[in-house]
Amino acid sequence: MRLLTHNMLSSNIKGVVNGFPLRIEAEKVAEKSVEMNREFLKKMFQKVHWKAFVDASRAMGYTELPEKADSSMLNSDEFLNRFHHALLELHLEEGALVCPETGRRFPVNKGIPNMLLPQEEVLLSIIIC
Amino acid sequence: MWYLCVFFHRLLDYRKPEVESLAQLFGAIEDPRNDDLPFQLQWKLPPNYHTDSPFHFVNLPSEQLAHDIAARSILVKGMYELWGEGSSYEELKESVLSYPDERKLPYLDSDSTFKITVDGFGKVISLEEQKELIQGLSYIPFKGRVKLKNPDHNFWLIEVDNYGGNNGLPPIVQKRIFFGREVGGADRKLIPTYQLKSRNYLGPTAMDAEMAFLMANQALATSGKLVYDPFVGTGSVLVAAAHFGAMTMGADIDIRVVRDGRGPDCNVWSNFKQYGLPMPVGLLRADNNLPPWRSTLKEVFDAIICDPPYGVRAGGRKSGGRKLLRGAVEPYTVPDDKRTDHIPSTAPYSLVECVHDLLDLAAKMLVMGGRLVFFYPVLREDDFAEDHFPEHPCFKLISLSEQILSSRYSRVLLTMVKTGPYTEEIAEVARIRHIEFKENHVKWLEDGNLHSAVFSPADGHLTEAGDPKLIKDPKPKYRGKYV
Ligand SMILES: C[S@@+](CC[C@H](N)C(=O)[O-])C[C@H]1O[C@@H](n2cnc3c(N)ncnc32)[C@H](O)[C@@H]1O
Repeated sequence: MRLLTHNMLSSNIKGVVNGFPLRIEAEKVAEKSVEMNREFLKKMFQKVHWKAFVDASRAMGYTELPEKADSSMLNSDEFLNRFHHALLELHLEEGALVCPETGRRFPVNKGIPNMLLPQEEVLLSIIIC
Repeated sequence: MWYLCVFFHRLLDYRKPEVESLAQLFGAIEDPRNDDLPFQLQWKLPPNYHTDSPFHFVNLPSEQLAHDIAARSILVKGMYELWGEGSSYEELKESVLSYPDERKLPYLDSDSTFKITVDGFGKVISLEEQKELIQGLSYIPFKGRVKLKNPDHNFWLIEVDNYGGNNGLPPIVQKRIFFGREVGGADRKLIPTYQLKSRNYLGPTAMDAEMAFLMANQALATSGKLVYDPFVGTGSVLVAAAHFGAMTMGADIDIRVVRDGRGPDCNVWSNFKQYGLPMPVGLLRADNNLPPWRSTLKEVFDAIICDPPYGVRAGGRKSGGRKLLRGAVEPYTVPDDKRTDHIPSTAPYSLVECVHDLLDLAAKMLVMGGRLVFFYPVLREDDFAEDHFPEHPCFKLISLSEQILSSRYSRVLLTMVKTGPYTEEIAEVARIRHIEFKENHVKWLEDGNLHSAVFSPADGHLTEAGDPKLIKDPKPKYRGKYV
């Protein structure tokens, strides 16, 4: 799971009002370089919740992001490189995402966050294809 | 300028929508007027041709655009600058001779290489005849050198014979001869390259490569865009979007599919690696009925493309003509040995609810102008009644393309554009309906036809329609709809 995904997710447990951001418990973090797409980064910058993003990057062991950011910084290559790295090159391979309200853990295995908890209030809407 | 657009004779309903989508992708609309959707190109047919014919004319602002559209398409066999046409070779000659020299001469000069291909539709033309036909074009002053591989200019002589009249319907084409200069054509090599047979990780409902590419084209997938599939399965739809350069993200409720696959080198990721495509930016396990997105996140996906899980049992009603499949599936229970990560429940995910969730998600998460492209099943008991498709105040339906699957079922690919913002009111209506679905599950199952506003008020007529045969003209069917 990359931090882009983390920044989009929240706890969807019934009754939870403030399920965002999910706290990262990192057991295994990987770095994989990917090609930079500036246009995509600029678009995503508008959507990212910055504070949650900075905190998440720290939980993953990356501390190079500025506390605050605004869109004028997108003109700086140095900033873009860091943003790109934190958003798309850091992967949470094993660990968990913890609901800030209930403390329940959404496991992350093999890089896949499991956003369906084993709990009664979740009605599984499975169907046969 | 008008171009001759020759399609492959298959997936008839998908052909014009593909060209229109690509025209939009490559910027054919100079001044986008949002309220003028759906954007449509001007089309016309050769005299007395049926719209199911492969031969169409399309008006495009530039040759570059005609080339780009054809090259990215799946179903355009060729796009041509027409130099002449006629119902006989004499008429063709007259027509070519009267085509302005300033349009022809630049492509005939002695520095260039060229090739003439003879093609027949509805008839086979022997090599001997082809030679003669090419010699018959001597009235065109070709000065260049013939080169069969990668010539500068490709000319086509296409002879069409009456065709398609043998099933009791009028023929779709009539004898006609076209001569033109090719400006572009589909790269059909993509299809064998991506064919499912060679796909590393396959599931029973993987989307075939040709259709997946058509879906990605309808979604205007391209570099810099983010495309989401909420029912990602083995990822076949996203593979096509990634091929066109889009960033991809997918979710599925089945953790074994989305996380495990069949091992470390046979899973959703490896399906991208296999073709050297960038990996999805995110894959997750989630229930589309219980979206995991933070509430403040809006307008983040450029397109949502999917083949939703319509495990449907046909609804039994006979009146009302061609019914939408709105029955529910049998409750699905996870077998004991598969009970690992969740407490299974027997809640069914009905078609109506699935579509409701999908439209609500798309209304919120798509950017303005973003596209929702998905399959929708219909029962084709007869072809007379008008179909009713899902509606939503944030969306405009811009195309629907049918593919007949069997004598009873069709699937229709719907392309919708987000034209209105996701307002508080819309969110509230959706929230209430979501709760209603939960409460009404059992009841819904019992009577099988809970009315849902997702289907718009017009839907009501399905239950009370009289004889639909009196209302609509039959839509002639051609073989191509089956392939
Ligand atoms: C028709 S298949 C799509 C297959 C996919 N196009 C592929 O390439 O394999 C539908 C998928 O939806 C998943 N599904 C069923 N119910 C779901 C739900 N409530 N939320 C998310 N995914 C679901 C199934 O596990 C299945 O993989």
